[in-house]
Amino acid sequence: MSDVTFPMVRRRPLDPPDEATELRQQGAMHRMTYPDGHRGWLVTRYSAARAILAHPHFSNRQELSHPPLPSQLERVRMQRERKMPAGVFLRMDPPDHTRYRKLLTGQFTVRRMKALESRIEEIVNAHLDGMAAAGGPVDLVQMFALPIPSLVICELLGVPYEDRAQFQEDSKLLLSLETKAEEAIAALGRVMAYLYGLIQRKRKEPSDDLLSGLIEGGELNDEELTGVSFLLLVAGHETTANMLGLGTYALLTNPDQLAAMRDDPSVVDNGVEELLRYLTIIHVGPIRTALEDVEIEGTLIKAGETVTLQLPAANRDPSRFPDGDRLDVTRQAGGHLTFGHGIHQCLGQQLARAEMRIAYPALLRRFPGLRLAVTPEEVPMRSDMGIYGVHRLPVTW
Amino acid sequence: MEIKADTTVCIGAGMCALTVPEVFDQSEDEGTVELLQKVPPQELEDGVRRAVTLCPSGAISIA
Ligand code: SF4
Repeated sequence: MSDVTFPMVRRRPLDPPDEATELRQQGAMHRMTYPDGHRGWLVTRYSAARAILAHPHFSNRQELSHPPLPSQLERVRMQRERKMPAGVFLRMDPPDHTRYRKLLTGQFTVRRMKALESRIEEIVNAHLDGMAAAGGPVDLVQMFALPIPSLVICELLGVPYEDRAQFQEDSKLLLSLETKAEEAIAALGRVMAYLYGLIQRKRKEPSDDLLSGLIEGGELNDEELTGVSFLLLVAGHETTANMLGLGTYALLTNPDQLAAMRDDPSVVDNGVEELLRYLTIIHVGPIRTALEDVEIEGTLIKAGETVTLQLPAANRDPSRFPDGDRLDVTRQAGGHLTFGHGIHQCLGQQLARAEMRIAYPALLRRFPGLRLAVTPEEVPMRSDMGIYGVHRLPVTW
Repeated sequence: MEIKADTTVCIGAGMCALTVPEVFDQSEDEGTVELLQKVPPQELEDGVRRAVTLCPSGAISIA
């Protein structure tokens, strides 16, 4: 089926692209021609996507894969020439991936994230104070959704928050699907150089943070430390920020769900899972490449073939989540694929949960009259970005 | 029901500890799964089954 192209557009801002939903109704696996001519696959059903993510014969190494987007072709080619920076373990397989992951898992446990809660509460409240002082209307992205996760990840890693302007800008360039290859490589180079310098400084003056701890652990050299901190910094930025922005938009346009999240504390944990499932902000990918022939739900995927998972459609699969197109914050939405599955499942997921569980109800309770300051159609959606969300969210109260 | 946990497979995602904190914990250093009880009381069995399906790495199983 060579007419499958990426990215697909979400015509209704909260729903997966119609093409993806239609394909899911037809089957789990679809032939897709990649921009470089490769004949690979698109996966639209939940069980097949989950099976692939957990399967040891699917590799996450970039050099084996074919990019699903035309705009990524040149970027990936240039990156390959320069070889992937050490330490970016997201695009590695075991045993390399295992080595990095093991060094970090202890830092992101459920218990450690619980210990961070009071600090997250302080940060959230300070930003709510800022909003109140500014008076509406404000852009919720700039005043709330972006700064909170940004400040939290900077503090956790030990990256000075004052330096954020440049790396936030660069991280945006890196995640945009429209950034030209040279610009993306330049942005990558700037963030890497910045982090490399930071690691040199921390070697001389360690403090009580994750990067200093990794330096002291002595298992990683400076290039590896740079790659690891790059991954954590970028991953910690746009993901939760877009969940907070788009999640608030979803609640504001579904007032009954908003009321439940605001008024019933017992709903919040499930509500956060449900927003993660319903919104599935991972807009493109993940992708994997078969290392050997594998049969998935009756379809043979041959060694060397790349598969692209369409998670927004998979997370709405009615065979896994009945009435999946309805936002229902009381639903048991655990098991969604938004954080991935298998050995690459998001390292920072418990941090993201802690932030959202605190931030949504705090925002809604502080401003019970919170509403959009524009019509829902006027909110600009991030259809041009690898991580979906709202570019801006003008609100008042 | 008896639970088995394989720390060599575990990736420390913490879904188990989040789902049934009475039964699963994560080690302080490595973040890998630790069993607080091998044989869970009956009222926790459903939760344990849910934790097994939620675990992304297949590190926990029941016999
Ligand atoms: S859910 Fe699985 S991978 Fe995650 S900590 Fe528990 S046993 Fe390990």
